[in-house]
Amino acid sequence: MSAVQEVVTEAPAVEAVPKRAMTLGYGTSLFMLAVLLLVPLFVKNFIIFQLTMLLIYGLAVLALNILTGGSGQFSLGQSAFYAVGAYTSAILMEHAGINYALTLPVAGLVCFAFGFLFGQPALRLSGVYLALATFALATAMPQLLKLGYFEHWTGGVQGLVVTKPDAPFGLPMSQDMWLYYFTLVITIAIYIFSVNLLQSRSGRALMAIRDNEIAASAMGVDVALYKTLAFGVSAGITGVAGGLGAIAVQFVAPDGYTITLAISLFLGMVVGGVGWLPGSIVGSAFIIFVPNIAEGISKGLSGAVFGVLLFLVIFLVPHGARQVAIVAQQLIGKMKKN
Amino acid sequence: MRLDEKLRIAAFSTAVIAFVATSGGALAQKKYDTGATDTEIKIGNIMPYSGPASAYGVIGKTEEAYFKKINAEGGINGRKISFVTYDDGYSPPKAVEQARKLVESDEVLVVFNPLGTPSNSAIQKYLNSKKVPQLFVATGATKWNDPKNFPWTMGWQPSYQSEASIYAKFLMKEKPDAKIAVLFQNDDFGKDYLKGLKDGLGAKASMIVAEESYETTEPTIDGHIVKLKSTGANTFISITTPKFAAQGIKKLAEIEWKPLHIVANVSASVGSVIKPAGFENSQGILSAAYAKDGADPQWDNDPGMKKFYAFLEKYYPEGNKLDGSVVFGYGVAQTMVKVLEMCGDNLTRENVMKQAASLKDFTPDTLLPGVKINTSPTDFAPIEQLQMMRFKGEKWDLFGDVISGELSN
Repeated sequence: MSAVQEVVTEAPAVEAVPKRAMTLGYGTSLFMLAVLLLVPLFVKNFIIFQLTMLLIYGLAVLALNILTGGSGQFSLGQSAFYAVGAYTSAILMEHAGINYALTLPVAGLVCFAFGFLFGQPALRLSGVYLALATFALATAMPQLLKLGYFEHWTGGVQGLVVTKPDAPFGLPMSQDMWLYYFTLVITIAIYIFSVNLLQSRSGRALMAIRDNEIAASAMGVDVALYKTLAFGVSAGITGVAGGLGAIAVQFVAPDGYTITLAISLFLGMVVGGVGWLPGSIVGSAFIIFVPNIAEGISKGLSGAVFGVLLFLVIFLVPHGARQVAIVAQQLIGKMKKN
Repeated sequence: MRLDEKLRIAAFSTAVIAFVATSGGALAQKKYDTGATDTEIKIGNIMPYSGPASAYGVIGKTEEAYFKKINAEGGINGRKISFVTYDDGYSPPKAVEQARKLVESDEVLVVFNPLGTPSNSAIQKYLNSKKVPQLFVATGATKWNDPKNFPWTMGWQPSYQSEASIYAKFLMKEKPDAKIAVLFQNDDFGKDYLKGLKDGLGAKASMIVAEESYETTEPTIDGHIVKLKSTGANTFISITTPKFAAQGIKKLAEIEWKPLHIVANVSASVGSVIKPAGFENSQGILSAAYAKDGADPQWDNDPGMKKFYAFLEKYYPEGNKLDGSVVFGYGVAQTMVKVLEMCGDNLTRENVMKQAASLKDFTPDTLLPGVKINTSPTDFAPIEQLQMMRFKGEKWDLFGDVISGELSN
C-alpha cells in the first residue's frame, strides 16, 4: 500500500464539525456574558480566584480546541507552551519590571514563534505519532526550566514569585476582582478572535485539512503553512493563558507545568466537546472542580473517584458538553412548538 | 493651690492605676481570631495525597489521627481540634487554590505543615500578606528561616543545608584527604543540599571531585554510579530520595566500589531503604538523624517511642511504624499541640506565631535524646541538631555528640 493510499483510507482523526456548530447563538452568548460579568459581585474572593482560573484554563483548552478541533492535529504538549508563557510573563515582570499587561502580548508572541517552529518538524507526523512528539516536549519542559544556564532568570528549581497587580486608577475593587475582569476581557477578545478565525478563509482551510488533507491540497490549500500556523496560534493563545496563570497564582515553578497539566487540558477539551469552542469553558470547569469533588468523596481514593467520574462522562456523553447542548437545544425547540 | 494640685495628681494616678488594672484584666480575657472559638480550633493543612509525592500523604493521615487522639483526651484547654486537610497533588497552582480555600472559605486559624518546597513557595507570599501562620512546613529548604521578611512562615525539620554542613564538618575532621563524589537529585532538595555541602567545606570545596545529578523520572541511577566510581573518588555522598538511595547501595556492592558512603537523612530509613538494599550491603554507611527510627529495636523500651507505638495501635492501626513519615507526622503534630497549649485562651494568629517563636527545649516523643526544639523571634528554625550514625548489623549506631548545624546566616 502506498503512503498516499494509507492517508486516504485512514479514518479522520477528528470527527468533522461544521463551522456553524462551533459557536453559540447570540442570545445564549449574551446570557453567558451577563453571568460572567455579574457573578463576581456576589461571591467571596476565593470563588473569584477560582473563576479566574476557570477562564485561564478555559483559554488554554480553547487553544487546544483550535489545533485539534480546527486542524485535526493532536497535542499533548500544551503544558510546554503554557510554561513558556508563564515564565515569559514572570521573568519580564520580576526581572525587567515591565507592566503585567504588557507582558502578555510578549508571552503570546514568544509562544507563537515557539509553536510555529515546533510545527515544522511536526508536519511530518500525524495522529498518534504527533501526539508522542508533543508528549516529549511536555516531559522535557520542566527539566529545561531547571537547567543551570537559565537559573539566573528562571530561579531554577525554586521558581519565581510574581507580584499580584492592584486595580488601576484607584478603582474600588479587590486584586482578585480586578484580575478576574482583566482576564475576562482578554478571554472574550481571544474567543471572538478564534470564532472569526475559524469562520474565515483560513479557518475553512484548516477544516479542509482536518477532513481530508489530500483533497485540501488538491484545492490549493498550502497544507504545510496552515498546519504550522495552527500550531503557532494555538501555542500563542496557550502562552497568554500561561502568563495570566502566573499572575493569578503569583508563582511559577517547573513542577507546576508537568505532563499532568497537558493531559488535564486534553481531558478538558474532550469533556467540553472537540471542536466546539464554548465547550472549552465547560471542560475547564471539569478539570478544576471535579478533582475537588472527588477529593470530597474520598481522600485516599480521590484519583480513583475522579477516574470513575471521567469514565461516566465519556460513557454517557461521548461528545462532551456539545452533545448536552444539542440535546438541550432540541428540548427547548420542542417546548416552543408546544 | 498646692493641695488642690496634689489632689488632682492623686486622682489622676488612681485613674491610671485603675485603668491599668482593668486593662490587665481584659488581657486575661479570651481573645480569638478567625478559626478559634470557645469549643473549637480549626487547623488547615495541604498534602500531596495524589500525584508524584503521594507517599508523603501518610504524614497528613498521621496528623489527623494524632489530633483525633488529642480530641479524645479532651482537646486543648477544652477546645476540640478540627483538622481540615486538602490534596494539592504536589502542584503549586493547586496548592494556592487549596490555601485560599482554607483561609477564605474554611476560615482556619493556621495553615499547618503544608508539604513540599514548590507548594510552600507558592503560598508563602499569600499567607504572609493575609497574616495567617504558615507553621512548621514540611520541607527542609533553608529559606523558611527568614523571620524578617516572612514573619508568618516557620519550618520544623533541620534544613538540608545544615545537615549537609554537618557532613562537611565530619569529613574535614575525620578524612581530610577525601576525594568526594556527589550524586544529587536535580530539584530543590538536591540543589539546596549541595550548596550546604559546598558552603560547609568552604575553602576545601575542591575535595569534591565529581558531581552527578539525576531526575526522579529516571528508572535507575546505575549509570551515574559507574561513572562516579571511574573518577577514583574514595567518598560517596548520596543526596537521594529513598528509592534511589536503595538502588545506590545495591549498585555499589555489585560493582565492588567501597568508598566512605554517606546517605542523606531523608533516606536513612531502615524500613524503606536499608532493608530493601540488603543489610550485608549497608554495613558502615554513614548518615545523620534527628528522630528515632521506628524500625530500630534499640528504641523498643524508650518511653517516648512507647507512647508513639501505643498511639499507632489505638488511633492509627494502619500506620506503618517503619515508615519515617509516620514518625515525622507524629512529632510535628505534637509540636503544633504544644504551641496551641502555650497560647492558652489567647488564640489570635499573632499569639500563635509568638508562642511558636518561643519554644524552649521542647522535646517531642520521637526526637533523639539531646535534640531539642528551640525558637526565638529571630530564629525560626525549630530543629537544628543532628547526630551522626553508622549502620552496623541491622540498626544504626549513633556516635559522637549531638551536633548543631546552625547556619551563620
